[in-house]
Amino acid sequence: MSGQHAVLVVDDDAAIRRLLHAALSRAGHKVTEAENGRAALNAVQIDKPDIVLLDLGLPDRDGLELIQLVRSAGPAVIVVSARDATDQKVAALDLGADDYVSKPFDSEEVLARIRTALRHRLSRHAQSAVISIGDVEINLADRMVTKLGEEIHLTPKEFGLLAELAKAPGKVITHAQLLRAVWGPGHDTDVEYLRVATRGIRRKLESDPSQPSLIRNEPGVGYRLTNI
Amino acid sequence: MTPPRPDPDALLRAATREGKGRLKVFLGAAPGVGKTFEMLLEGTARKRAGTDVVIGVVETHGRRETAEHVQGFEIIPRRRVNYQGHVLEEMDIDAIIARRPALVLVDELAHTNAPGCRHDKRYQDIEELLDAGIDVYSTLNIQHLESLNDLVASFTKVRVRETLPDRVLDDAEIEIVDIPPDELIERLRQGKVYVPDEAARALSSFFSKSNLSALRELALRRAAQAIDAQMLDYMRANAVGGVWAVNDRLVVAISEQAGAAELVRAAKRLADALRAPWTAVHIETPRSARFSTDDNTRLAETMHLAAQLGAQVATVPATSVIEGLKAFANASQATQLIVGKTARSRWFELRHGSVVDRLVREAPGLAVHVLPLEAGLARAGLPQQRAARPWGSPAGYAVSMLLVLLVSLVGAAVFERGNIANIGFLFLIPVMVAATRYGLRTGIVTGLASSLAYNFFFIPPTHTFTIEDPQNILTVLVLLSVATVSSQLASRVREQALLSQASSEQNSALAGFAGRLTGISTTDELAQVVCTEIARILDGNTIVLFPQSERLEIRAACPAGAKLETLDEAAAQWARDNIKPAGRGSDTLTASEWLFMPVGKTDQVMAVFGLSRSDAQAPVRADQLPLLLSLLDQAGLALGRIALEDEMAALSHVRERDRLRHALLSSVSHDLRTPLTTILGSLGELRATSPEQEAMLSATRAEADRLHRFVGNLLDMVRIEAGSLRQTIEPVDLADAVESALYDLAAILRENVVVRDIASDLPFVLVDPQLFHHCLINLIENAAKYGGPGSSLRLSASSGEDGVVLSIEDEGPGIIAGQEQRVFETFTRLEGSDRQGGTGLGLAIVKGFADAMGLAVRAANREKGAGARFTISFRPDQTREYVEA
Repeated sequence: MSGQHAVLVVDDDAAIRRLLHAALSRAGHKVTEAENGRAALNAVQIDKPDIVLLDLGLPDRDGLELIQLVRSAGPAVIVVSARDATDQKVAALDLGADDYVSKPFDSEEVLARIRTALRHRLSRHAQSAVISIGDVEINLADRMVTKLGEEIHLTPKEFGLLAELAKAPGKVITHAQLLRAVWGPGHDTDVEYLRVATRGIRRKLESDPSQPSLIRNEPGVGYRLTNI
Repeated sequence: MTPPRPDPDALLRAATREGKGRLKVFLGAAPGVGKTFEMLLEGTARKRAGTDVVIGVVETHGRRETAEHVQGFEIIPRRRVNYQGHVLEEMDIDAIIARRPALVLVDELAHTNAPGCRHDKRYQDIEELLDAGIDVYSTLNIQHLESLNDLVASFTKVRVRETLPDRVLDDAEIEIVDIPPDELIERLRQGKVYVPDEAARALSSFFSKSNLSALRELALRRAAQAIDAQMLDYMRANAVGGVWAVNDRLVVAISEQAGAAELVRAAKRLADALRAPWTAVHIETPRSARFSTDDNTRLAETMHLAAQLGAQVATVPATSVIEGLKAFANASQATQLIVGKTARSRWFELRHGSVVDRLVREAPGLAVHVLPLEAGLARAGLPQQRAARPWGSPAGYAVSMLLVLLVSLVGAAVFERGNIANIGFLFLIPVMVAATRYGLRTGIVTGLASSLAYNFFFIPPTHTFTIEDPQNILTVLVLLSVATVSSQLASRVREQALLSQASSEQNSALAGFAGRLTGISTTDELAQVVCTEIARILDGNTIVLFPQSERLEIRAACPAGAKLETLDEAAAQWARDNIKPAGRGSDTLTASEWLFMPVGKTDQVMAVFGLSRSDAQAPVRADQLPLLLSLLDQAGLALGRIALEDEMAALSHVRERDRLRHALLSSVSHDLRTPLTTILGSLGELRATSPEQEAMLSATRAEADRLHRFVGNLLDMVRIEAGSLRQTIEPVDLADAVESALYDLAAILRENVVVRDIASDLPFVLVDPQLFHHCLINLIENAAKYGGPGSSLRLSASSGEDGVVLSIEDEGPGIIAGQEQRVFETFTRLEGSDRQGGTGLGLAIVKGFADAMGLAVRAANREKGAGARFTISFRPDQTREYVEA
């Protein structure tokens, strides 16, 4: 998964742009910078980046507005913001951001998130039918789950939830996105359904349900499948 | 078909009755039928059934049976009132209200209180008792009822002075106490009936069989009507459809003439029978300006009576009575019109036409009831004073005569050489001037004088009053008719102008007042302006009081510094408490020099306005009352507006503060985090070239991390103290929450052993996930800090009867006994040690967030072994049972 990727860094703070530029270059990426929303949209059109690191607090417009515009042009979007309120994260993810990193961040973590996002971007086109995480295999085509080769029976909702997470391992899927995909529209806020189904999956698939390692909770935001 | 909807008015009446006492009236046709006895019997029955019954006032009139029944009751002592040397006893309302019985017996509903009592009439006392939630039984003879007053007087020839407004009976339960007339007469003969003085005089006629039968019929009919009305109210309130197809609307035309009061009472009876709303209207014509003081007083009294009997009251200006009535009946969609007809001479009708005939002809669709206006019975004794005829001022006659003389002199000069006929026209000048300036009579007198002068000086034979030429007779006639016609025209114009001037003065006073009020933004200023303006317009002393908790406080007065006597204060307080006028000129506490009116909405008194007069006259003249009410309405509106503005300002102030606080927090958070991001990130990019540099670099990283956490904690603390925590409560799996916290703390917990003991069927807890996450992070971090590297942490959760408890146990030094609460205070560290490098904020944040979510956090020492144990407890209502899918 290594190799040259074009990354656009959008942030109004020059020091942060320089910092990200250095870290990304070290990892072998080709980096361009933009200091405001207008420049970012231009750069997306001209440089055709694979991924955009987007700050929400831009001088000319709110970063949340940019997410859909950038996504529709092709690149994956990772929000890198000092806004750490849950509602901002949920809003960014629901608008189509691939991931969310809070400032201050760890450069290594940003690089890891970029790798995950790029993997999803590629696999979006060639969805593999079987996803394996540790000793668990999820077969999306046959709607079957095995642990150590043994079939585990999940309820339809449990399987639906697991499958939704497995389509993008490592990516945070918001509560609303999961509820809409599995339970249908109109259940956006029934978080309790998710809690029940998640606990069901864990009891059947985790070695130690009180120490879950398969599905990770993002408090108040959503769930992600551990991407091993 | 849609089901009938409940009538809101009827519902409202039912609602206002809730919480109020109920009135039951024992209604009889005449004294002696046994009303008091019956009331006592029923009171005894209620008392036996366990109701708390006391006697307010019961007159035994020395009757033995009655006196025996009184004995079983607690009697509230009467209040003694000194009146002109006599000691009178009256019911003590305050004592009754203080005693708070469930039911009080009060004899003689129509009784008039001694002067100096709080209310003029006993029924007002009773209304206050009802308002206080006390049920009342009372007694009444039918002839005391206001609307039947004239009717009863017409056949008994005894006019009862103590009358009772009909509305008092509207909401009351009525029990008829009835015995046949023969039996009553027999009882009277046996001396069993107490006869009041005024009836004694007319005893023989009053207690005749025919009178008693008529009274009995009236009583029965009135009782049936009251029951009907209550039934109707019930049916309307409960939307029982189908009975009242009648949509009648009654208008009664009120004139200044004596007997109009009877017309009003007749209208009330008709309105009751038709169950129609009714309006009493007075048409103000140019003639109104010539009303005498008596006329005006009588008119005001009649209007007041109409209002008391439940009519709406209106005064409408118009050029003629017919036009005004037609327009008003049309505008108010009246179906029935009641007019009085005076016994006018045939001559008058020939000249003016009959108002009634024209009404019937010109207002089709309107049922016109014509009732004879008879001044005979109505308040007899007042001499029938007509308004002083406008004979005109002596000055007018003098000026006119001078003019006639002048014209005669000028004419004489012209006469020497000119035509006689033209000289006649000269005399039109004084006639026109006199007629237009000084009125009809002066005009006619001038016309006569002119024709005489013309005749005397210019018509041959001159210097005699004889006329030879018939042509000259014509000239004289023309002069006279010009005088008549032009003076009538002119006087009509002048009268209209006077009337419209009066009403435009009133209107401009109102408009000016409203204008003065619009710019005002504080209640103090408003109170001052209301005082000075109304004092100016009505030429009196004014005062404005504002409610201050239970009491009233003077806010402004004109002239400034006015003081209120205790009696005045009581009246003002009463006006506020009962939302009715009180003091002089009202029905209540009339001994006060001031008239107090409540100002505000119907259900809420925002201020009390007082008016008095230095010249010891009534504070407000009857004709000024509508103006005063309009002015106070304006003041009430302005007060309401200011109150609303203040409320809005306070609200927007709070909103603005919240917005600023939020903006400040997010900008501080942004401004601190951005440089920290650069520092931390750059440190990560730096590569050491020597072991010393490596040590320095890792120390710098550790300190930058600490700074980062400190900033985070500081911001959290500010949010707690600012009270601006936003919460989204949702069900959270404790296993999830603990795992997320441990994941975020992975770097810190690298050297610790973490033991989890969280049941997989634990209920979910209802918390804000983000705040709870911060709580856990701080608690776990605290445990790791005090346990030290290599120590183990134990995270366990269990559920029981009292809900769910999550505990975090460490292997640190534990908590000194008695310090369990102090650890949650800001910047507290155990044993004052700072070697662990904390900020002293972590636990305070835990406490602040937990408090915000309604969770209980406690610190204690572990039961086994050394170390501290922190617990978060969730009440059962903060958990959601896990049901396996």
